[in-house]
Amino acid sequence: MQNNPQLNENGELRHLLSIEGLPRNVLSGILDTAASFVGVTEREVKKVPLLRGKSVFNLFFEPSTRTRTTFEIAAKRLSADVINLNVAASSQTKGESLLDTVSNLSAMQADLFVVRHGSSGAPYLIAQHVKPHEHVINAGDGRHAHPTQGLLDLYTIRHYKQDFGALRVAIVGDILHSRVARSLIHGLTTLGTPEVRVIGPKTLLPAGVEALGVKVFNDMQEGLRGADVVVMLRLQSERMRGALLPSAQEFFKHYGLTAQKLALAKPDAIVMHPGPMNRGVEIDSSVADGPHSVILPQVTFGIAVRMAVMSIVAGN
Amino acid sequence: MKILIRNGRVIDPASGRDAAGDVAIADGRLCEALSGKPDRVIDATGLVVAPGLIDIAARLREPGYEYKATLESELDAAVAGGVTSLACPPDTDPPLDEPGLVDMLRRRAKVLSRARVYPIGALTVKLAGERLTEMAELAEAGCVAFSQADQPIADTQVLWRALQYAGTFGFPVWLRVEDHWLARGGVAHDGALATRLGLPGIPVFAETIALGVLLELVRATGTRVHLCRLSSAGAVELVRRAKVEGLPISCDVGIHHLHLSDLDLGYFDSHCRLVPPLRSQRDRDALAAGLSDGTIDCVCSDHTPVDEDQKQMPFSEAEPGATGLELLLPLALKWGAQQKLPLATVLARVTSDAARVLGVHSGRLQAGAPADVVVFDPDAAWRVSAEALRSQGKNTPYIGYELGGRVRYTLVAGNVVFEQT
Repeated sequence: MQNNPQLNENGELRHLLSIEGLPRNVLSGILDTAASFVGVTEREVKKVPLLRGKSVFNLFFEPSTRTRTTFEIAAKRLSADVINLNVAASSQTKGESLLDTVSNLSAMQADLFVVRHGSSGAPYLIAQHVKPHEHVINAGDGRHAHPTQGLLDLYTIRHYKQDFGALRVAIVGDILHSRVARSLIHGLTTLGTPEVRVIGPKTLLPAGVEALGVKVFNDMQEGLRGADVVVMLRLQSERMRGALLPSAQEFFKHYGLTAQKLALAKPDAIVMHPGPMNRGVEIDSSVADGPHSVILPQVTFGIAVRMAVMSIVAGN
Repeated sequence: MKILIRNGRVIDPASGRDAAGDVAIADGRLCEALSGKPDRVIDATGLVVAPGLIDIAARLREPGYEYKATLESELDAAVAGGVTSLACPPDTDPPLDEPGLVDMLRRRAKVLSRARVYPIGALTVKLAGERLTEMAELAEAGCVAFSQADQPIADTQVLWRALQYAGTFGFPVWLRVEDHWLARGGVAHDGALATRLGLPGIPVFAETIALGVLLELVRATGTRVHLCRLSSAGAVELVRRAKVEGLPISCDVGIHHLHLSDLDLGYFDSHCRLVPPLRSQRDRDALAAGLSDGTIDCVCSDHTPVDEDQKQMPFSEAEPGATGLELLLPLALKWGAQQKLPLATVLARVTSDAARVLGVHSGRLQAGAPADVVVFDPDAAWRVSAEALRSQGKNTPYIGYELGGRVRYTLVAGNVVFEQT
């Protein structure tokens, strides 16, 4: 087995590719640093000079508005220069290989690549080929990982629940295709969460998912019982086109989060969603906008978490 | 030309011979003893003298993919690996579905006079799984069997008819078993590892279901079928039972599947992107045991040269396959050592047993047979590196590994076509 490609020879975070394999102290370190940036984002002058003179390349091989924007804001608040590249619409369609694209950008003196790619593992390939002073942050690769989303989810849970050591977390919906779920599961288990549940129909649960350290529920009512945290996943509309699900209506009936179902969770349970939400498909508006929802704070914390990740990897 | 290979450990798996001795060659054939002085003496002290290896699946990439490899480079690699005969699957571009293409390939190979090349013809036109090829014509041009390579026949009626038609002429059909629909989009063994890495999976039952269908069609048609590249414990068990029943089947396994499992994907190592996918350790162990007890007839390299650009891609997009001609012998020896098998049994799986599947008379050291011989040092270790490989394909999970077993001489039809001392 190769060494963890995310860490440098001192065990420090050089790239952020996945939450899996990161030691507990590295994870907590990121969350602590993020906490210090939350203050910055609430100030009148929302800038710190940590990445002044550095170039951050947002390299998105898959369309994204929210994640790209939050990375851009985070980089700008760290005083970096940000270059947004929507590669999906440019060189890749002209047949340029992934590594050629990266080498070209590297020749433009990049310091940090923020990469989103439709294929699992693409950021690993890039990380293997960048120069020693360059860093790679995975902004979502295929079904594999979305580590900054996982970290902001962890940050949100810690903010509202403090201790991971007594929590029951339920993740609901399309686990099969979800990089968000995978990243969050690894983070929760690393930080010592005693019970992580995944809830979904059998068609949306991947083979051997128990091996990730989760309990599997097909019945949402049963799975939500006593939960401290409920994480709803986005259901892509294309899932209805194959043989995975019959309709959005039937999915909502059995796996959509309503106030009635939420009542089975603990009275102080929080409800999270990585966005963008499909109201009436995986979550009812009354819950999304209700008192248990922490969906908008997640977005705010997301900027602080991405600032933390960028400043940490660029400093190592 | 008379050659005497002296003082070697002579192993002929077909006859069970394993003893110190000499091997004599005259006029391209093996003989009991030479009359008169040899033109050349090869000292095989400390070396094994065995029939040349027979690799029943090696892609030469001609015609159509010459940028990946050429006949020259790959036949060089073959003899450097001790392979004196090989069968090449029909997935060239265009596929081997016309006699003219087969004829050209054989002529080109013959001119190079290195390893013997046995083309496998396409079972359906363009391997599209719809219309039958002119099998009798293709056989006349030199095809020894018919196959779909890795392309599916999704329509079971076409599969049934193809088996009936091939059976009419007694042509064997070689098929890899995989349900097209269940495997669609998958790139790795459907299990905990693929789930962790977020890679679309191919379930084991994609193989066992297709195998069940095929066995039923063999029962119905009586056509001789060779099953290519088994990947799962379940398939080995089904084959074991079908053989007890007496169905006319044989099967093989790719050399990498005896040693590697899905865990070797590590952090998305595209060199481990193979077809069929590397499965669990339990599957790997069942394949290794199945080859030992003879349920699996022989092992092949499934040699697939892929250029670096096509491997330097995210796992799902990378082209599948590994180079293998030069690793077949060392990896077979490694398997044999793990299974604690006599050397003669190990060599049988890459010589006489493979010859039986291929339907050729080579693969044995018998007086009168063509002098296809390998002389190798079973203990010499070498490090696998791009420079050490003659194949144009440098794509192997074994890059950087030290392997035991080094070929010193390879003879085809009594000519020394490779030597390294």
